[in-house]
Amino acid sequence: MTPGDPAQPPRRVDRAGIVIAALLAGLAAVLVWDARGLQSTTMYGMGPEAMPVVIASGLALLAIGNLVDALRGSLPARESADPVPVVLILAGLALLIGIIGFGGGFILATSALFVTTSAAFGRRAVLVDSAIALVMSTLIYLAFDRLLTLSLPAGPLERLL
Amino acid sequence: MMETFAALAHGMAVAVQPMNLLYALIGVFLGTAVGVLPGIGPALTVALLLPVTYKLDPGGSLIMFAGIYYGGMYGGSTTAILINTPGESASMATALEGNKMAKAGRGGPALATSAIGSFVAGTIATIGLAFLAPWLVDFAVRFGPEDYFALMCVAFVTVSATFGDSPIRGLTSLFIGLTLGLVGIDKLTGQARLAFGVPELLDGVEVTTLAVGLFAVGEALYVASRRHHTEEKLEPVRGSLWMTKEDWKRSWKPWLRGTMFGFPIGALPAGGAEIPTFLSYSCEKRLTKYPEEFGKGAIEGVAGPEAANNASAAGTLVPLLTLGLPTSATAAMMLAGFQQYGLNPGPLLFAERPDLVWGLIASLFIANCMLLVLNLPLVGLWVRLLAIPQPWLYSGILVFATMGTIAAKPSVVELSMLAGFGVLGFLMRRFDFPIAPVVVGLILGPIAESQLRRALAISLGDPMTLLQSPISATLLALALIALLAPFVLKGMGRFKANED
Repeated sequence: MTPGDPAQPPRRVDRAGIVIAALLAGLAAVLVWDARGLQSTTMYGMGPEAMPVVIASGLALLAIGNLVDALRGSLPARESADPVPVVLILAGLALLIGIIGFGGGFILATSALFVTTSAAFGRRAVLVDSAIALVMSTLIYLAFDRLLTLSLPAGPLERLL
Repeated sequence: MMETFAALAHGMAVAVQPMNLLYALIGVFLGTAVGVLPGIGPALTVALLLPVTYKLDPGGSLIMFAGIYYGGMYGGSTTAILINTPGESASMATALEGNKMAKAGRGGPALATSAIGSFVAGTIATIGLAFLAPWLVDFAVRFGPEDYFALMCVAFVTVSATFGDSPIRGLTSLFIGLTLGLVGIDKLTGQARLAFGVPELLDGVEVTTLAVGLFAVGEALYVASRRHHTEEKLEPVRGSLWMTKEDWKRSWKPWLRGTMFGFPIGALPAGGAEIPTFLSYSCEKRLTKYPEEFGKGAIEGVAGPEAANNASAAGTLVPLLTLGLPTSATAAMMLAGFQQYGLNPGPLLFAERPDLVWGLIASLFIANCMLLVLNLPLVGLWVRLLAIPQPWLYSGILVFATMGTIAAKPSVVELSMLAGFGVLGFLMRRFDFPIAPVVVGLILGPIAESQLRRALAISLGDPMTLLQSPISATLLALALIALLAPFVLKGMGRFKANED
């Protein structure tokens, strides 16, 4: 764990670490580019453009720090990750956003997320899970609508209630 | 002294109002449940409840949030003892001996000593909070904007250097949070920063969206990605739940020592419950009369860290209430809770809303008593929560997580940000970056900037004002030492590495 620990065998360059360093440097560049469009209207003290530049400098320094860690290969070891469940959950989130965006309503949207997440965690009973999800999200919708008087987005299913 | 008693008595009168008792009960109940469930912690629960409680009474909601905080600390120990996967890092030390005790059929006494120890520590630490807070408030009244800025620098450094095991990764997390804090309209000049012409971004990044994305969505993605590694085993609670006379004799000193570690470290703007829990663990290991039992299930190794854990939770409320300074993720979410009602914790709040502040402090005593009752006889109920199948548990978590955002702002942009922060949280977990500094950076960054700009406007742009105030100069020096120390003393890193 400790950078430069002599007891650890030398590891090879960590490619993911280099990507992280590059992303941080890119973020710093975006901050500076955005700050250049700001006008300093304050007579005394700092304008709105000062803090972004300070933070960008910090990010640039940290990009170098992360790069050094990556080149030394001193990042903590990672276990293998399975990409399939991650993609499934992200697809579920995309479905949720799509359904909300196109006016499909709360119940359908959250049910889609529930079923895909459940599948990502290894369940194969899609029909049972769909039924559970529909009942649960309908109950949540009713609780919000009637008890808390907070409105959730309504779609075709919600109008039937 | 007498004023504190009077204020506390007044607060107790507020706290025992039936509605506030109900809020406290809901809070500790929810808190224990989420503490027990793996994957959701108290910070996430408060984040999820923020949009829902928007229309409720501020005093009651804050009492509920504090109950969730305390309850989460109690519940986390149950998970740590029974399945050896601590719900939050603060319970890691408990898992070391507690799980061994459960495996040896002494799960009952382990749960009992952690619940009673949490009660003892929580009560003593809340008394500490009640007496320390007014004193600190008197001191904080004299703080100018430059002093507040310096104080936040201290918090930035300690929060990012004490969480996680590499100061570079901790600071990277902090700066991501600070960057997110820049998004939106600059309050002093009305110019948009980092909004890229998207109207939804003009209001800035919602704290709840960030916290829910990082904690709930990120955690679900992370657990799903490594499902093939984990094999959790639930130890059944066998034998008596009650502690023997011997257990009591071996527990009471660790409880008190754990409190002595937890409260001061939690109250310093150093934050984090990990350090006091591990200090307490190693202290008990050194002082015990039964060193041969350590590593096989020594009750001192459960009693001490659990007390330290709860005492530090009460300790973090000291800087939160008196200075508006959050030093843990849950405290950061509670600050967001205050801000949601337009309340700013600090000396002014003690003067303007004593009923609210003292009602909150008094309700912590009540919450502690409720938790003792909820946790000892009802432990079997909580254990059953652990039997929820993982697919439904995480599907449910994600539905509740998105529900909060959908209720607050049902826009495609906001939901996409939630998903984006989820991916960020996943990547940060995968590459071992700490999460809490991002949330603290987003909340404190804009406050620190406005304090600094106010200080510089008062001094007509002279940056020396930061060094001319003795308070600010001292705090900035402390921040600098805390920033450089881990790089100078590489031993700090070795100390951390030994812990896990």
